[in-house]
Amino acid sequence: MRSKLVATLAGVAALALYSSMAVGSKYNLPEPQSIIAKDIYDMHIWLMWICLAIFVAVFGVMFYSILKHRKSLGYKAANFHHSTVVEIIWTAIPVAILVVMALPATKTIIEMKDTSSPDMTIKATGYQWMWGYDYLQGEGEGISFFSKLSTPKSQVENKEPKGEHYLLEVDNRVVVPVGKKVRIILTANDVLHAWWVPALGIKQDAIPGFIRDTWFTADKAGIYRGQCAELCGKDHGFMPIVVEVMEADDYTKWVSTQNTSAIKTSMHVEK
Amino acid sequence: MAAVHGDAHSHGHDDHHPSGIMRWVTTTNHKDIGTMYLWFSFTMFLVGGFLAMGIRAELYQPGIQILEPELFNQFTTLHGLIMVFGAIMPAFVGFANWQVPMMIGAPDMAFARMNNWSFWLLPVAATLLVSSFFVPGGAAAGGWTFYPPLSVQGGLGVDLMIFSVHILGASSIMGSINIITTILNMRAPGMTLMKMPMFVWTWLITAYLLVLVMPVLAGTVTMLLTDRHFGTSFFNAAGGGDPVLFQHVFWFFGHPEVYIMILPAFGIVSEIIPTFSRKPLFGYSSMVYATASIAILSCVVWAHHMFTAGMPTVGQLFFMYATMLIAVPTGVKVFNWTATMWQGSMTFETPMLFSIGFIFLFVLGGFSGVICAIVPIDIQVQDTYYVIAHFHYVLVSGALFALFAGAYYWIPKWSGRMYNETLGKWHFWLSMFFFNLTFFVQHFLGLAGMPRRIPDYNLQFADFNMISSIGAFGFGLTQLLFLYIMISCIRSGEKAPQKPWDGATTLEWTHLPSPAPYHSFEKPPVVN
Repeated sequence: MRSKLVATLAGVAALALYSSMAVGSKYNLPEPQSIIAKDIYDMHIWLMWICLAIFVAVFGVMFYSILKHRKSLGYKAANFHHSTVVEIIWTAIPVAILVVMALPATKTIIEMKDTSSPDMTIKATGYQWMWGYDYLQGEGEGISFFSKLSTPKSQVENKEPKGEHYLLEVDNRVVVPVGKKVRIILTANDVLHAWWVPALGIKQDAIPGFIRDTWFTADKAGIYRGQCAELCGKDHGFMPIVVEVMEADDYTKWVSTQNTSAIKTSMHVEK
Repeated sequence: MAAVHGDAHSHGHDDHHPSGIMRWVTTTNHKDIGTMYLWFSFTMFLVGGFLAMGIRAELYQPGIQILEPELFNQFTTLHGLIMVFGAIMPAFVGFANWQVPMMIGAPDMAFARMNNWSFWLLPVAATLLVSSFFVPGGAAAGGWTFYPPLSVQGGLGVDLMIFSVHILGASSIMGSINIITTILNMRAPGMTLMKMPMFVWTWLITAYLLVLVMPVLAGTVTMLLTDRHFGTSFFNAAGGGDPVLFQHVFWFFGHPEVYIMILPAFGIVSEIIPTFSRKPLFGYSSMVYATASIAILSCVVWAHHMFTAGMPTVGQLFFMYATMLIAVPTGVKVFNWTATMWQGSMTFETPMLFSIGFIFLFVLGGFSGVICAIVPIDIQVQDTYYVIAHFHYVLVSGALFALFAGAYYWIPKWSGRMYNETLGKWHFWLSMFFFNLTFFVQHFLGLAGMPRRIPDYNLQFADFNMISSIGAFGFGLTQLLFLYIMISCIRSGEKAPQKPWDGATTLEWTHLPSPAPYHSFEKPPVVN
C-alpha cells in the first residue's frame, strides 16, 4: 500500500516535472505550430545545451581556482602571464562552435525568407491601436475587417476579474485554413507596429509607406495569440493578434458567411 | 568631495584655487572634475532607478494601477536615456578623469579647461531631460531608441530630449578627444603603448569609438528635429523618406555605444583581477587586440537590432555572422581573466567580488547575446523581455558591477580612507541576489511571449512579473547601502595606506600617497 503510494507520488512528481519542462511550458517558447516555429524551438534547445556545456567548462575551471588558489589556504601565486599555444586554441575552439551554431540557422533563415507561391495572401495593416486585415488572394479573396481588443476596459481598471485571455482577445480573429501556405503582407497606417504570433514563429515589423512580407503554414487547427511587438504609442500593449486556424471545410463555411455579411464585420466575436 | 578638498593642503602643495562652490564651477583639476562626474552619474543613477521602480511597481500585478499607459511609456523612455547617457557613460568618464592621468604618470588632462566645460554641459542636458516630464504632453514616450514616426508624433518633451542628446553628445566628444590626447601625448617617459595599464588601453579605444559615433547620433536627432518642425521627410515615406533609415543610422551609433559602455568595464576588471590574484594579467597583448577587434566589429553589426524590420536574406546572414564573431574576442577576454586567476593567490575583497560577479553574469549576458544573434531565434525574442534580460545582464551586472568594483578599488586612493569591508560585501551579495531575482525570470517572460514596453499583461505572466518587481525593489534599496558606504568612507573611514592592495602594480599605488595629492606627477615618474 505504502510503496504504491510512494510510486504514485513519484510518478506524479516526475510527470509534473516533465510537463513543466515540456513544450508549451512557461519557461520556454510556446509549443510550435508551424515548421519554422519548430525549427526555432529545436534550435533554441540545442543552443541552450551548447551554452550550458561552455558554462560548465569555463566556470568549472574558474570556481575550482577560486576554491583552491586562495591566499587564505596559503597558496603561492605562480607568475606565468602568456602562452601563445593556449591562446590560439581558445580562439579557435569558439570559432568552431560558432560555425556549428550558424549552419542550421542559415538554413532556417533561407526558408523563412521564401515567401514565394503562397496558397493565400492576407494584408495586415497596423493602426493606432488595432489591426486591419484584407484577404488579397486565394480562398476568401475580398474579405476585409478590423480586429480590435475585446477585453473590457473594466478588467484593465481592475473593476472586474480578468479572464483567461485577458488582453489577448479580439472582436474579429484572422481565420486561415490549416496546412496552407499563408503569405502575410504588412504595412502600417501611422507608426511602426509589428505582427507577432509566437506559436507560428513569425514576427515582422509593419512600416508605414512600405510593404514587408512573411509567411506561415499552420500544422494544426486551433487559436494562436500574439501581440504587437513594436512600441506604437499609448495603447501598444492593447492591440493583440489572434489567428484562428480551421480545417479546410470549416474555413470554406467561414468564407461563405463572410461573403454574405456586410463588409468589415465578422461572425466570430470572441467570448 | 570633502576628502579631496580637505587633504589637498596637507600635502604642502601650493594650489591657489577658489574655495566653496566656485572651486567646483571653475576647476580645471582632473581630480575635481572626476569627482563631479562620479557624483553626477550617481545622482542620475538614482533618478533613473526611481523611474525603474515606477515601471516595476506598475508591472507588479496585471491591470493598470499606478501609471497610465502614456506615463508608463515616458518612464521607460527616460529610464533608458538617463541610465545610458546620464549614469553609465559619465561614470566611466569620471573614472577616466581620475585614473588616466595617475596611471600614465601625467599631471592632468591635456585640455584642462575643455575638461571643465565637458562636465558642466552635463547638468544642463540632464535638466532639459528631466524637466521634460513637466512640459505639456509630458516627456518623450517613444522608447530610448525614439524611432520615428512615433517620435515625430510627440510634443515638446521630444524636442527637449533632442536638445539634451545634442548637448550630451558634445560633452562626450570633448571628453573623448581630451582622453585620446592625454593618453597619446602625456605618458611618463618609458611608458610605451604596450606598457599602459589595461584600463587606459580600453579607454583609448572607447574614446575613438565615441569620436566616431557620437556625431552620427547628433546627425540622426537633427534629422528627426527637422522632420518634426521644418518640413523635411528623411523618415517619412509620404515625402520620399524611410522610417527604417532612422533605425540604420541610429544603430550605427547605438551598437558601438553598447561597447562604449562595456570596454572601460573590461578595463577596470582587468586591473582588479590581477591585483587580487597577486599575479600579472594573463595575455596582455591579446587583451589589447581583443579590445580593438571588439571595437572594430562593433561598427559592422548594427542591423542585428533590426532583424524584424525586414531586410534581404544576405543582409540577415551577414549581420548574424558578424555578430556571432564578436563572441570570439569576448571569449578570449573571459579566458584570459580565468587564466589570470588560475594559480593566483586570491583574496576576495569587495572589488574582487564585484569583478568575479561581473565575469559570471556578463558571460550569461553573452550567452543570451549569441542566442539573440541567431536570426530565427531573434525573430521570436526581439522586442520581448528576453532582450530586456539580455541587455540588463550586460549593462547592470556588466557595466554597473564593474563601476562598483572600480569605486571600491580606488576610493582609498581618492579619499585617503578605507570603506567598510563588511558592508561592501553585503552590498555585493545583496546586489547579486536581487539582480538575478529581477532579471533572470525575465528570460522566461520573453520566451513565453511577453513584449517589452507594455504597461499591462496577460495573467500567464503574472508570477514572474511579481518576482521580478520584488527583486527590483530589493536591488534599488541595496544601492542606497552603496551611497551610505561611500559617504561614511569619505567622512570617517580608517586612514588608507599608500597601497592598501598588496598586489597592485600601477603608478597611482606605487608612486602616490593616499589620498592622491591635488596635483600629482608634476614631475613625471620614470617607468622601466
